[in-house]
Amino acid sequence: MIPAPFDYLAPTTVEEALAALGQHGDDAKILAGGQSLLPVLRMRLNAPEVVIDLGKIDSLRGIRDDGDALVIGAMTQHSVVEHDALVAEHTTLISKAVEHLADHQIRHRGTFGGALAHADPAGDLGAPALALEAQFVIAGPGGTRTVAADDFFVDLFETAIGEDEILTEIRVPKHTGWGATYEKFVRVAHQWPIVAVAATVRVEGGTIAEARVGLTNMGSTPLRARAVEAALVGQPATEDAVRAAAAHAAEGTNPPSDLNGEAAYRSHLATVLVRRAVLSAAGSS
Amino acid sequence: MTRINLTVDGSKVSDDVEPRMLLVQYLREKLGKTGTVIGCDTSNCGACTVHLDGTSVKSCNVLAVQADGSEVTTIEGLAKDGELHQVQKSFRECHGLQCGFCTPGMIMQSVDLLKENPDPTEQEIRVGLEGNLCRCTGYHNIVKSVQHAAAQGGAQ
Repeated sequence: MIPAPFDYLAPTTVEEALAALGQHGDDAKILAGGQSLLPVLRMRLNAPEVVIDLGKIDSLRGIRDDGDALVIGAMTQHSVVEHDALVAEHTTLISKAVEHLADHQIRHRGTFGGALAHADPAGDLGAPALALEAQFVIAGPGGTRTVAADDFFVDLFETAIGEDEILTEIRVPKHTGWGATYEKFVRVAHQWPIVAVAATVRVEGGTIAEARVGLTNMGSTPLRARAVEAALVGQPATEDAVRAAAAHAAEGTNPPSDLNGEAAYRSHLATVLVRRAVLSAAGSS
Repeated sequence: MTRINLTVDGSKVSDDVEPRMLLVQYLREKLGKTGTVIGCDTSNCGACTVHLDGTSVKSCNVLAVQADGSEVTTIEGLAKDGELHQVQKSFRECHGLQCGFCTPGMIMQSVDLLKENPDPTEQEIRVGLEGNLCRCTGYHNIVKSVQHAAAQGGAQ
């Protein structure tokens, strides 16, 4: 299986990439690491006339400390994020999620921004980005704008990025000292999660002071489990208290039914995985 | 057509390729390096694993044009001066194969795994090879081969 023919552009700056996007509009597709796009092109689910490769734009790579946040360049490979000491210390939840994303070879090529912009509801990065209240920096012909995680994910494979825009970096507020766990349920190695839970909590003297919980594959976008978060705050980090809060995990979700499980099964799974993730996160903070 | 210049198994190569050509097609059809095989064609199985600038990638999931300016090592470039790489020797020693189709990818990923972690546990080997499928389910001896290679200092 090979892709349909396309013209290939490899700009070296964001400005050049935006100009190319402006010129070709609808007919163009942005190529980041290609680990989701190339299978789509090979299966001919999409056949753009022009592919704009961001791989030669060095300014889109790297991770930097920006005071109260870490800034992750959109083209930073998963394997770089996975092994980054700043990410591990200040946004532990991201380290935990990236560690088991796809497999080694895919993590060497796939990019942090590419995966988020692809917005697969079963992707592993959306729920942590929501839980950590990440901000998405998007460049367009009129300059850059910043979109909050809550407004970034619009629908299945759809984000707030406009057709003439490019995601350039993701700002993740530091959660230094927060415990974090990404609990992913799969049947076989490197499968997309059937359901996964991203949990990060701050524990003070045995009590949960703050909690953030994100859900993967429980709807057409990643979701925040706000009812769980509200129920956890002020509670002791004990099995009983966390179990009671986790009972709210499926509230406001709309999980899919497919060969891997019915919606009701996923709803049940969410309560189990939230309990495990929160208890583990509380134990590691 | 787009001009690409890269180094494959130590030799500089230069070609005009269609942008849609996959790296694995380029290696096999243009350069005749059929040691790298196409297994699933869906980026699941890892049989086509090669090293791109020193790290493992699935060459069915990279465009040849994306490899422009890079260094590629395939299974055919692992042996040095006629002597097999330690990981190749260990796969032979421990019979880390059944039909052999997944072997080029298994060996390339094992080399990458040992470079990152020269002394892996059995579990770390299994996780490290999770992107490589053996349709014969011959994982037992594959894991033994990687353990053997590690014990022989196979990370080099």
